[in-house]
Formats: sequence, structure tokens, C-alpha cells
Amino acid sequence: MSLDIALILSVDGLAAAAIYLLAGLGLVLVFSVTRVIFVPFGDIAVFSALTLAFLEAGRTPPTIALVAILAGLTTAKECWQLIRQRNLSRLPRILLAWGALPLIPCIPAVLAAGRDLPPAVAVAISLGLVLPIVPLLARLVYQPIADASVLVLLIASLVLHFLLSGLGLLFFGPEGFRTQPLLRGGINLAPGLFVSLQVVLMIATALLLALLFFLAFEKTLTGKALRATAINRTGARLVGIRPSMTATLTFGATSLLAGVVGILIAPATTMYYDSGLIIGLKAFVAAIIGGLGSYPLTALGAVAVGLVESFASFWNGAMKDVIVFSLLIPALLVRSHYSSHSDDGAEEEV
Amino acid sequence: MTDIFALEDIHVAYGKVEAVRGVSLSMQAGTITSVIGPNGAGKTTLLAAAIGLLPSTGAVRFKGEDIAHLGVEDRVELGLCLVPETRELFGEMSVVDNLMLGAYARRSARRRMPGLLDDVYDRFPRLAERRDQQADTLSGGERQMLAVGRALMSEPQLLMLDEPSLGLAPLIVIEILDIVKSLRHEGVSVLLVEQNALAALDCSDHGYVLESGELSFSGASAALKADQRIFETYLGGL
Amino acid sequence: MGRARRLPLWIPALAAAMAALPFMAGSFTISLVNEIGMAALVVMGLVLLSGIGGVTSFGHAAFVGIAAYTTAWVNTELGLSPWIGLVLALAMTAGSALVIGALTLRLGGHYLPLSTIAWGLSVPLLFGNMTMLGRHSGISDIDPIALGGFDLMRPEFVFYLVWVLVAVTALFCHNLLNARMGRLIRAVRGGKILLASVGADIFRVRLALFVFSALTAAVAGWLYAHANRFVSPAPFSLHASIDYMFMMVVGGLGQLAGALAGATIVIAMKSALQDVLPLVTQHAAQIQSVVFASLFILLLHHARGGFMALAERFMQAGPAHGKAIEFPVEPLARRAMPERGTLLLSVENAVKRFKGLVAVNDVSFDVKAGEILAVIGPNGAGKSTMFNLLTGALDLSSGHVEFMGRDVTAMGQRQIALMGMARTFQHVKLRPQMNVLENVALGAHARGNCGYLRGGLNLDGDEERQIMAEAALQISRIGLAGQEHELAGNIPLGTQRLIEIGRALAADPVLMILDEPAAGLRKPEKQALAELLLKLRESGVTIMIVEHDMDFIMKLADRLVVMNFGHKLFEGRPEAARADQHVRAAYLGNAA
Repeated sequence: MSLDIALILSVDGLAAAAIYLLAGLGLVLVFSVTRVIFVPFGDIAVFSALTLAFLEAGRTPPTIALVAILAGLTTAKECWQLIRQRNLSRLPRILLAWGALPLIPCIPAVLAAGRDLPPAVAVAISLGLVLPIVPLLARLVYQPIADASVLVLLIASLVLHFLLSGLGLLFFGPEGFRTQPLLRGGINLAPGLFVSLQVVLMIATALLLALLFFLAFEKTLTGKALRATAINRTGARLVGIRPSMTATLTFGATSLLAGVVGILIAPATTMYYDSGLIIGLKAFVAAIIGGLGSYPLTALGAVAVGLVESFASFWNGAMKDVIVFSLLIPALLVRSHYSSHSDDGAEEEV
Repeated sequence: MTDIFALEDIHVAYGKVEAVRGVSLSMQAGTITSVIGPNGAGKTTLLAAAIGLLPSTGAVRFKGEDIAHLGVEDRVELGLCLVPETRELFGEMSVVDNLMLGAYARRSARRRMPGLLDDVYDRFPRLAERRDQQADTLSGGERQMLAVGRALMSEPQLLMLDEPSLGLAPLIVIEILDIVKSLRHEGVSVLLVEQNALAALDCSDHGYVLESGELSFSGASAALKADQRIFETYLGGL
Repeated sequence: MGRARRLPLWIPALAAAMAALPFMAGSFTISLVNEIGMAALVVMGLVLLSGIGGVTSFGHAAFVGIAAYTTAWVNTELGLSPWIGLVLALAMTAGSALVIGALTLRLGGHYLPLSTIAWGLSVPLLFGNMTMLGRHSGISDIDPIALGGFDLMRPEFVFYLVWVLVAVTALFCHNLLNARMGRLIRAVRGGKILLASVGADIFRVRLALFVFSALTAAVAGWLYAHANRFVSPAPFSLHASIDYMFMMVVGGLGQLAGALAGATIVIAMKSALQDVLPLVTQHAAQIQSVVFASLFILLLHHARGGFMALAERFMQAGPAHGKAIEFPVEPLARRAMPERGTLLLSVENAVKRFKGLVAVNDVSFDVKAGEILAVIGPNGAGKSTMFNLLTGALDLSSGHVEFMGRDVTAMGQRQIALMGMARTFQHVKLRPQMNVLENVALGAHARGNCGYLRGGLNLDGDEERQIMAEAALQISRIGLAGQEHELAGNIPLGTQRLIEIGRALAADPVLMILDEPAAGLRKPEKQALAELLLKLRESGVTIMIVEHDMDFIMKLADRLVVMNFGHKLFEGRPEAARADQHVRAAYLGNAA
């Protein structure tokens, strides 16, 4: 392999790393605050990519119906619970929070669908549509078993992935889409090394969002409350931080991250309803390198995964996924070696 | 004066085992009440039920109102606060972040954040020196100070302390209990649970003795201190 | 037949009905029932591994695939008979499971299940990308299985083979679970420390379980390849693995019969949906997977116990009874006890640091054979840490421990336990779903040697009788005779501590280490415990005890070690401790 090819592969790898960085941050965030290993992250990214593709094609994104159905189900479930508890005073709040609020982003989507939209508007509408999905799903799927073991939550996550890819097929259909790049053209970094602006955009967005994340966590009291919940759940409850509030906030942030991932990846790869799992699991490899807890190590893991994937696809395109997943074994072994001291061995019961 | 806090016939069970069996106690505003008893008597369990961390039966009254149906967070918003035996600090966060989060649930406290921080630093000068240090690098005594400081940031009306002396050197115990005593003058009511019986009775107005999940006797702290039965409870007629 | 309980009536009835089925049902139904049988084989292995052993696997379809592809390849490429294919498929799967298991089974917490996703996804990806295995189009034209010169071509013929294998596997698993190694498997969830305390290595048990469950999956894979005569990557995907897990949860996690129930319910439901959905919608296939996923989530929310939990609720729960314990001709061999008064255990300058905290600070003392030594002190004094250092559950930061003349400082918990140090735990480590007899028998584990095979084939009768008689003897010693068949989880906490003593006794220990054995006991029970401990001392057992009830300790102990803040405050006779000012101050607290 020549140096030129190595450089090109490295740039590709870094672009992929940007995706895995954002996804990895989302996974670490969700796990540390809620103990949910959020396997369906990639499915949400697919929803956002396909939503954008539908808008570009001048079609009404089926995401609107999906959000409406989820909001309806969640509201029905919450109301049913209130009725059973005979606590009707909270009914208006519930209707507003779970029934009306998630539908707000549907309004611009309905109005704009079918028109010729500037790319920025289409992106904004797509992100808005995806935003309520994870909080709604979490309320439906995870909240009733919030106190269950990590394992039960993981099983639920895997099942949720299959549910979402089923819904994806039902709502978006089997065909694949690729969206227009948000930026065209590129720059010549070196002779023979052309970097497209889209790649620059991916990397810049990832870095910017990571920075915003950091600031939100370090500088705001709400961010600190999320961190506190992640560090010590009992301690957080004792200062009055509500787990259901932090969970909704976290899942909202995850939705947004997944949405951005979908928007960034869609011009580079053809997205199908079931492309999500592999994206999510590769981000997992990065997150596990970070022990599902450390953001800087996750970033490092994302770079490693991106580069390995890019070079592996050069050597053997068919096997690149297997090669990336096999990175997990050494990562897990190192992790488990360092965490074995706290593990007294008693297993969680399902 | 009305009771600020009362427990009525509290039962707490772990599966089939009852750890607390029908405990009733009451305390007046601005007083310090201690619950003493040997290891395993159910003291920690009682406090966990009082703050809502453990499900229990019976009434929990705060200013006369039964709050037994409320969750931990709601009770904290009302002005109850527990410093547990295990401290439950946010280990990977700085001292000042820990303190700020103490004010999280109480809107009034959030508004007065800078002033409250200064108050805590005045009370515990050592925390001021270490305000940017991570909580899990503090010594045992400093951690206990941070736990009490974090609790004070919520401007609690009822402060519950679980074994504040546990694992601390005698001098630090004296320092912490002195601060507890001083709270009485500021209108904070304190429910103090201690294994260290003499120290607890020394700084409280009223005492209860808990044995095998039941209250065995109670009275003014000074009277309890002189009671031979306390001695027997602890040392088994040693 | 040995210890297995009398055969429930439904088993022969079901067997008869199954034998008659091919004469009554059509080919399509038989194929479906075959599919159920193959799935049940996989799920039975999963029940043992995940439901009982607590090792969650999201990748078992990969093992089915490895076996199916192995037999398919040797059959089509090398022309070997399916029976040789079976042997090679089993070997290949076992080998893969050994490698994967050796790499991942030490992983703690949620890392282990996550790693199973990685290989559960990678293995089918490999199938789909290897030219040798036909890539995504797979391998076709596989021979049917031949039995005595007769090709099992039609589903009616494969049917008998499938279900005989299901029955044999079920019987083997049932026997195994009730044997010596089965008790260990059922205790795996109790954790590393519990297993080491009875002299067993949790990693080896998990690895054996993992390989065994891979083998039942391999049998299913072999049947699949030759019954369908075609293999491709899709049926071995992560999705299929999750389906197996779904079947296990539907059936009821920890129950062998649940494997059959779960496989039947899920596959029958799938088939019914395939019939019904096309009538109401044109998106039948998509809706089917959505419906299935939704049902699985509802199951996790509302009925995690699965079908068997429901079934048990409807069936009359009979009184707990079991077979009378037969006494063997020859009881288990006993250890020779060291001579009374000789040095049994010596601790020299033991130090244990956790991060900045010194939990045990330069503590030395000796224990003589045949004495009762109590370690007392206020909460947080370092007593339990001291016990964990002695038993090998924690490593010393510095210092030495010598037991029976051997330096055990660097030895693991398991080796120390095998030398004759038995312990109880401050936080009781009994298996709530096992009965008292089985919990106590677990203690005698190291005194037997029948392995998985003899257990599964029911060839361990004599040794089992010896172990059970020993367990029954210890149960009567701790005063619980008549409660042998109660589930340990249904027994009050104080009495559970007694069962732990029984378990320790079943190991025939030289030294017993008891961590707060009297906590939660009532007065008369405490008295009975004290009498038991005194009797044990007479029989030559040495006892170390941590306890908070002073009354109890003062009457019982020969000597006391008093600890405070990690230091040894005092060592000597109880009367002397009573007079000691430091001891009094430590207990009553400093008047501030």
C-alpha cells in the first residue's frame, strides 16, 4: 500500500470515526444515566436519514405517522396508569407532555412536505421529527422496567431494535436511499489527497457537538444533575433529582444525536431500513473501549474503529464488519480485567 | 409547639423478614432527637423508610401531614433531607459541584446558591480549601463534612443523619456533632441515628433506643445517659 | 431409578401422543413439529446456560450454524456420511465454544452478554462471505440422514429421530441438574465466592455449561441441515438467536420443561400469524416481526416468569416433599483433625489497604486447634475484611497467613477451602430456588468426584446417596430435620444462617469461619446455636466467629480478638476483655 492510499484511507476512517464518535457519546450517555444499553441507536439514525430522503424527494415522510402513533400509544398508556391510580389531577399535564408536545415538530413537516425545500430547512424538519421518537419509545418500553437488571434492559433493547427495523420496513419500505451532500466540492490538502467538504462537515460537526456536550455537562446545573445520576443514583435521588426526568432528557439528547448521525451519514452511504444495527454496534465497540463510561476513551475508540474499518475494507471489503467486531474481544478483555475487582461474582437475576 | 415530624407504627420488611416492627416516634421543631441502638437494630432501615428509599407501612407525618405516599424526590422538595451512612456523594465530581447539586430540588435554595455556598464554607473551612478537588479524593472526615454540607445546601427543615461518626476519628466526631448542635439555633430539626450512644445522647434533647427493630425505651437524653439499661443493651452485661 | 422424582403422569401420555402423531397429521404439521423439536434442543441448552447458569447468550444460533455448515460441507464436498458429519459437527462446535468461552466467560457484568452479540453477529457474517461455504446462497443438495440403509427423507421419518433426541437430551439435562455437578450449575448465580467456598471454580463450570449448550445447539444444527437438505446464513443470524431467547423467556427462564413449552408456543404462534396476517394485510411479513417484538416487550413487562410460572400458578402446589433419604452402606470419608491445642492458623502483621483506606492495619494473632476464637469490634473495625483475608477472598497488602503449617498468603479461595477451611457469609449466600438439602449438599461438593457425564447418565447413585446422607446428617445437627425439602428462599433469614453452617459442616472442615451467625436469631435459637458450636468444638472442629451479640460471645468464646479502626485492640480471655478500658471505650463511644 502506498502512502497516498494510506492517507486517503485515513481520511475516510476519520469521517467514519466522526459518526461513531457521535453515536458512541449517545450510547455512553444513555447507559451511564439510565443503565440502558441502547442497541437501537442506529435505527433512529436510519429514520432520520430516510426522513430527509423523503423530504428531498418531495414526498411526505412517514415519520409523521410514526411519531403520531407513538405519541398516541404513550399518552394512552400514561392515562390508563393515572386512571388506575385514580389520580386524574395530573391528566392535563400528561396529555400536554406526551400527547401534544411530541406532535409539534409534525406541524412544519406536514406543511413543508411536497415543496421544494432548501437543504437546511429539510435537515431541521428531519431532526425535529426524530427528536420525540426516543423519549416516546423509552417511556413505552424502558420506563415500566426501569428498575430491572441491566440484562433485562439489554434484552429489551435488542427486541426494540427488531421492532424498529420492522417498523422501518413497514413505514419506509424496502428500497435504499442516498441523500444529496450538504456541501459540494472539496479541498486539496496535499497532492493526490482530495478531501470533500462533506467529510470536513462531518468531522467538524462531530467535534462541535462533542464540545457542546462537554459544556452542557460541565457548566449547567441540569447537566450536572445528569452526571450525578450517572455517578450515583441513590445520591441523586437524595438531592431530589428525578430519575424519570433525567431519563427523558437523556433520551431526548440521544434522539438528537442519532438524528444528526443519520443526516451526516446519508449522503455517504445508501441507507436501508435495516442499516441501523451495524452502525449502532460499531459505535458500541467504541463505547465499550471507553468502558461505557468514559467520553474521552470513547472518542479514542471511535477513531480506532473508524480507521480499522477503513483499512479493513481496503484489504477485504466483505470481512470488514467481522474485523471491526473482533476489536471488541481485546477491548472487553482489557475492560473486564480492570473492572474485575468490583465484580464479586454474584450474577444479576433476570 | 406542634410536632414537625412523626413516625406512626412504621413497619419495614425485607422479603419475609421484618427489620423494623411498629416504630412510632415524634419530634418537635428545632430540637435534636437521637435514635441509638446496637448494630443491626434497624436504625438505618428506619431512616431509609422515613425518606422514602424503602417501602414501609404506617404513617410518616411532616408538619402534621401524612407524606408516606410521596417519593424521595417529593420529600426532598418539601424540606426533608437524609445524610446516609454511606454518604452517597458524587465521587467523580468536585466538592463545589456536589454542594451545588444539594440545592437542586429546592427552588428557594437555587436562587440563594452563592450565599448558601458561603455559609457551608464558613461552617466547614476545610471544604472551602478543597472546593475544586474531586469528592472521592477526600478523607473520611472531609467526606462526612461534604455530605452534611450538601444536605445543608437544600435548606432542610428536617435533617436526618445516619451514623455521622462512623469510621471517623474522635476529634472529627466532636467537630461534626458540634455543628449539628449549632443547627438547632437556626431552626433546623435534626434526627440523629448513632451507634456511638454516649456522643449522640450528649448532643441531643431527646433519645429513643431501638433494639431488634423495636423501640425499647425513650426519654430525655440526659436521663437516658444515666440509665443502666443502655449500658446492658450495648455490652450485654459485660 | 435413582433420586429422580416419580415420573409425572403427563410425560408418558405426551410420549404416546407424539408417537402416534405422524399417523394422524399431515406433512406440513409434522415439519412444524420437527422445527419445534430442533428449537427445543437449542432452548434446552440455553435454559441451562442462561436461565439457570445466568450466562446470557445472544448468539446461540451461531452454534446451530457452525454445526449445520460443518456437516453440510463434509457431506457435499467430501462425501462423508451424515453420521460422520454429526461427529465432526459436534467436534467443530465444541471447539468453537471452547475458544469463544475461554476468551469471554471471564468477562463480568453486562460485558459478557455484549460479547455474545459480537460473535452472534460475526459468525453468520462469516458464513455469508466465505466462498467455500457458498456465500449468501449457501450449500444445497445435502444428503438426508440414513438409518439402517433407510433414507430419512420425509418429515415423518425425521420426526422420530428429532424427538428421540429431544427426549434423550431432556432426560440427560434432568439427571444432570439433580446430580453433584447440577447443584453446582444451579449455584453458579450465587457467584464466584460462593463456589470457591465449596471448593469449585466458577469459570470451569461456566465453560462446561457453555460447551454443553453449544452441543445441544449443534445437534439441532445437524438435524436442520439434513432435514432441510439446504443451509444458508439467514437461519443462524442474530435475529434467530433472539428468537431462541424469546422462546426461553416465553417458556419460563429456569425450567427445562419451559424449553419445550416456549418453542411450541413461539413456533405455533408464528405459523398461525403467517396464516392469518395475509388475510388482513398485504404487509404480513413486516407486521409479523413487529407483532413478535411487541409481544416480547409486553412479556418482559408483565410476565417475566413465562409460561411455566403461569402453569405453576394453576397447578396445585403440593406440600414440599421429596424421596426419603436412603442411608448408604459407607458414609463419606472424613478428614483427620489436627491434635487439640496445636497451632492451626497464624496471622502475621496482616495489612489490607483499599485505595487510601487501611481496613486492617498490622494485625497478628494465632488460632489453636479445637478452640473458639471470637473477633469482635464496632462497625467498620475491619472484622469482615479480616475474614476475607483469611479465606483468600481478598489478597493481603502485606503480611502472612499460615494454615495447617502451610503458607496460604498467596493461595486462592478455592485451594484454601479444599484444605479444610469452611465459611459462612455475613450476607447469606444460599440459593433460594434450591431446597435446604441441596444447599447443604453443595458444601460436600469437594468430597465427591462424579462429573457431568456420570451425573447426566445417572451412574452416580452410590456417591449421591453418600452426599445426601451427609447433608441430611448435618441438617439434623443444626436442628432442621424435617425441613430438608423446603426451598431455602422460603426460610426466615436467621434460620438461613444456620443452613450456611450446615453447608460449611458438610465440607468436613478443620476450621469453620462464621460471620455473624447469630444475627436475626431469637433467644432460644441463639442458645441452640451456642450448644451446637460447643458440641462442634468437642468433636475437634476449630471455630472463628464474628458476632455482635456480646452475651452470646462472652459465654461461648475461649478467647477474643477485639478490633477497632483496623487495629487489634486486645487479645485474650473474655473476662479480661470485660475489664479492659480500651474495649469499653470502643463499644460505648467517646463521650464527646
